[in-house]
Amino acid sequence: MPSRRPTRAALAGVAALAVTAPLAGCGVLGIGGSNADLQIYSARHYALEGAFKDFQDETGISIEFISGNDAELLQRIKAEGADGEADVFMTVDAGNLWNAAQQDVLKPLQSPALDKAVPADLRDSENRWFGLAMRARTTTYNPDKVKPADFDPKDTYAGLADPKWKGRLCMRDATSAYTQSLVASLIGLEGREKTLEIVKGWVANGVQIKSNDVELIKAIDAGTCDVGITNHYYVARELKKNPNLKVKLYWASQQGAGTHVNISGAGVVKTSDNAAQAQQLIEWLATKGQSAFVDGNHEYPVNPDVKPEPMIAKFGEFKRMPLSAEAYGSQNAEAVELLAEAGYK
Amino acid sequence: MTVPATEARGACRAADGRLARARRVRLTGTGRPAWSALVVLIAAIVCIPVVAVLVEALASVGDSAWPRGLGEMVVTTVALLAAVALGTTVLGVGLAWLVTAYDFPGRRWLSWLLVLPLAMPAYVLGFLVLSTFGPAGGPARAARATVGTSGFVEWLSGPLGAPVVLSLTLYPYVYLLSRAAFRGQGQVTWDAARMLGASPWRAFRQVLLPLARPAIAGGLAVVMMETLTDFATVQYFTVRTVSVGVYLTWKGSFDFASAAQLSVLVLAFAVLVLTGERILRGGARYDARGGHRPPAAPTVLTGAARWWAAAAAWSVLLLAFVLPVARLVWWAVTATAADSSSLSTGRFAMNLANSGVMAALAALACVGLALVVTHGVRVTGGRLARAAAQLTTFGYAVPGAVIGIGVLVAFAALDGWLEALGVAGGTGLVVTGSVLGILASYVVRFLAPAYQAVDASFATISPSVTNSAFSLGSSPWRVLRRVHLPLSRSGIAVALVLVAVDAVKELPLVLLLRPFGFTTLSVSVYELANENFWEQAALPALLIVALAIVPVYFLVRQVRLAEPHRQELS
Repeated sequence: MPSRRPTRAALAGVAALAVTAPLAGCGVLGIGGSNADLQIYSARHYALEGAFKDFQDETGISIEFISGNDAELLQRIKAEGADGEADVFMTVDAGNLWNAAQQDVLKPLQSPALDKAVPADLRDSENRWFGLAMRARTTTYNPDKVKPADFDPKDTYAGLADPKWKGRLCMRDATSAYTQSLVASLIGLEGREKTLEIVKGWVANGVQIKSNDVELIKAIDAGTCDVGITNHYYVARELKKNPNLKVKLYWASQQGAGTHVNISGAGVVKTSDNAAQAQQLIEWLATKGQSAFVDGNHEYPVNPDVKPEPMIAKFGEFKRMPLSAEAYGSQNAEAVELLAEAGYK
Repeated sequence: MTVPATEARGACRAADGRLARARRVRLTGTGRPAWSALVVLIAAIVCIPVVAVLVEALASVGDSAWPRGLGEMVVTTVALLAAVALGTTVLGVGLAWLVTAYDFPGRRWLSWLLVLPLAMPAYVLGFLVLSTFGPAGGPARAARATVGTSGFVEWLSGPLGAPVVLSLTLYPYVYLLSRAAFRGQGQVTWDAARMLGASPWRAFRQVLLPLARPAIAGGLAVVMMETLTDFATVQYFTVRTVSVGVYLTWKGSFDFASAAQLSVLVLAFAVLVLTGERILRGGARYDARGGHRPPAAPTVLTGAARWWAAAAAWSVLLLAFVLPVARLVWWAVTATAADSSSLSTGRFAMNLANSGVMAALAALACVGLALVVTHGVRVTGGRLARAAAQLTTFGYAVPGAVIGIGVLVAFAALDGWLEALGVAGGTGLVVTGSVLGILASYVVRFLAPAYQAVDASFATISPSVTNSAFSLGSSPWRVLRRVHLPLSRSGIAVALVLVAVDAVKELPLVLLLRPFGFTTLSVSVYELANENFWEQAALPALLIVALAIVPVYFLVRQVRLAEPHRQELS
C-alpha cells in the first residue's frame, strides 16, 4: 500500500528531529540548567542585554534572565519556593512592585548607595524594591490642529473631559496597565468621585480607543486624532524614526500636580542564594549603569545626578507628580472597576 | 407461511433481545477493565492542572466579586463565537466544497494551498490588519485623499476586525476536516446522488452536507475553543471576552483567585461548545464501506463561473496568507536594512530549533495519548471510558496561562508530598528547571485537537471491523497496531499537524514555564511585539510561519498520496 509511506515519513521526520536537535547544541531545550551567577526574572524587556553585559564586563558577575508577564512570573516565584533560582525580580509599573512586596517575595536591603541614588518616593519605604527607570505619561498632539494654549495647564488630564475635545480624543484601552495606573493616580489625587466624572467626560467626548501607543501616535500624525495620552518614550522613538512626524508632546498639569510618571524597578528575591551580588547589580543599575539601563529606551534616569539622553532632553524639563506605589497598587483594582463603570473600553 | 405472524414477530423480538444483550456485554466492556482504567488514568493526569486551578479558585470563594461588566463580556463572547463560527463555516465548508465538486483554474494547487493560513498565528495577522487598516495605514490615507472618508476601510481595525482575523486564521480546521469528509466517505454517496440526476448543489445540500456534519462539527469545536481562549488577538481589537476578563482581573487587580474563578466561566462555555458538537454529530454514525474509490469527475466550470470560483478561492488565500507574509517580509527586510545586527548573530537559529523540537515532542506525545484513549474507548465501549475521554479535552478550553499556573501548582503540591514522604529535595525544579513542564502543559492543552482528529477518523471505522478482529482472536494491542492504526492514519496525520502547528504558535505556556536559556520563536515575537518593535518582530514571526508550514507540507503529501487520482486510473 504505497499510501502508507507518507505517514511513516512524517513520523520518522518528527522523531528524527526530536532526537537529533537536542544533540545539535547544548542550549536547546535549556538542558544543562543555569550556570550564571545571577538569575533574573524580568517583566521588563527593553534593552536588558546591553546593560547586563556592561555589568558583567565590569564586575565579572555573569547574568541570565528570562522575560515574561509580571503576574505569571510572580506566581512562578511563589510556586517554585525554595527550589527557585530567581535572585532578582524586575518589573514595570510601581503597582506591580508594590504588589510583589505585598506578596512577600522580596527581601529588604540595607544600602546607603541606593538610598542616595533613588528618590524616596521612587523606592519602597521598607527598601524591598527600588525604581530604576522613569517614564512619563502625558498629552501628545498634532501641531496642525492643536495649540499648546488649548490645554488646561493646571489639570490637563481632567481638562480633556471638556466638550471642546469632542471627537478629537484618542486613548489606550482599559486593559492597558498604562491607563489603569494613570486612573489609579488620579483617584489618589482627586478622589474617586471626581475621577469618575473625568473618565465619564472622556467617554462623553467619544474617545477613540487604541490598543497600543505606537498606533495612537500614528493616528495623531495622520490627523484622525487631534490629541492623545501616551508614554513619552514612544514619541521619542517614533520621532527618531521619522523626525517629520506631526506629533508634539505637552507636559501635563505643570501648573498643578505635575505630569503622571511611573517606574520600572527591581528587588532581590527572598529565596535568592546570592543576595549580595544581586544587591550589587541593583546598586550598579541605579548609579554607574543608569544610562546603559534607561537610554536605549529613551527613559528618564531616576538618579538625579544622571542626565537624560539627548533625544528626550529636547522635550525639556518637567515637574512630575509625586509617585505613590501604594496608591497605584492598592487603587489599581478600583481603577479597573471605575473604568468599567464609566463605560470606558 | 405456517408460522403465525405474531409468533414470527415474537421470535424476532427474542432474537433481537439476544443480540442486544450480546452487544451490551461487548459495550460495557467487562472483559477489558485494564483499558478503561488506562483511559481514566490518562484523563485524570490531564485534568490535574485544571483541577488544581479550580481548587485554588474555590478555596477563596466569597471574598471576591465577579468583575463589573461581566454580563457584557458574556454577550461579547457569545457574539464573537457566533461570528467566528459563521465565518469559518462559510470559508471552510464553502472552499472545501468548491475544490471538491468543481474544476476551475488552479484547483489542484488551491486544494492544499488553502491549508496554509493554519501556519499564520492569529496574533500576527491581527497586528498586521490593525496596522494596515488603521487610520494611519495606507488604505485609509488613500481613501481620505480620494473620497474624503475612510470609515469603510477603518472598520477592519475596529471590533469587527476580530472575527474577520480569527475566521481567516482558523477556517483551515473546518476546511481540512470537511474536505476529508467530502472526498472520503461522501464520495460514493455523491456519485450515487449525481448519477441519480441530482444537481451538484442539491447533492451537496441534501447528501454531502449531512454526511459531513460530524466532521464539520469537530472542526468547529476546535475553532470555538481557540476563539474562547484567545486573548491577544481580541485585545488588539478591544473586544472584551471572558478570557480578557480573566487577564484583566488577574493583572489589573492582582487577584489570581478571582481570575481562576472567572476561568471556570470560560470552561462552562467550553462545556456548552462540546455539548453542541455532540448534538450536531447526533447519534449519527457514518461508517466507510469498503476501501477508497476513484472520485467522480468534478464539474468543469465554464465561462464566467470558472473565473468567479477561482477568484473567490484565490482571494481567501491572498488575504489570509500571501499578503500578510509579503508584509512581514517587507518589514523584516527594512528592519534588517536599518539594523543588520538583528541578523548577524543568527540569534533566532536556536529559537527555531527549540520551537521545532518542542512541536515535534508535543505532537508525538499528544497523538500517542489520543490514540490510546480513542482505542480504549472503542475496545471497552463503556460509558466510563467515553466520559473520561471527554474530560481529556477540557484543557483546550482553559486559557494557556491558567493551565501553566495549574501545572506549577500541581507540581509544587507533588514536591511537598514527596518531601513529606522523606524524599530529599522532592521533585526539585523539574517543572521550570527543564522543558518537562512545558511538555506536560502542552499535553493538557493540545490533547483535545489530537483526540478530535483521531476520534473523527475512528468514527469511520465500522465497529464490525473491530469486532471481526477480536473474533479472530487478536489482542487489543494487536488490534490497535494492525487494524485501528492503519485505518485511522489520515486522522493521525491531521492530529500530528494540528498539535505541531498549535505548539509552534503557543505562547503563554512557554513564556511562563520555560527554563533559563530556553527561548522559542513565539517568545521572541512576544518580547519584541510587546514593546511595539513590530518591524524587528517580523523575522521571528516569519520563521514561525515557515516552521508551521513543515507539518502542513507533510499533511498535504499524505492527503494527496492517500487520495487516488482520476488521472492515474483513466
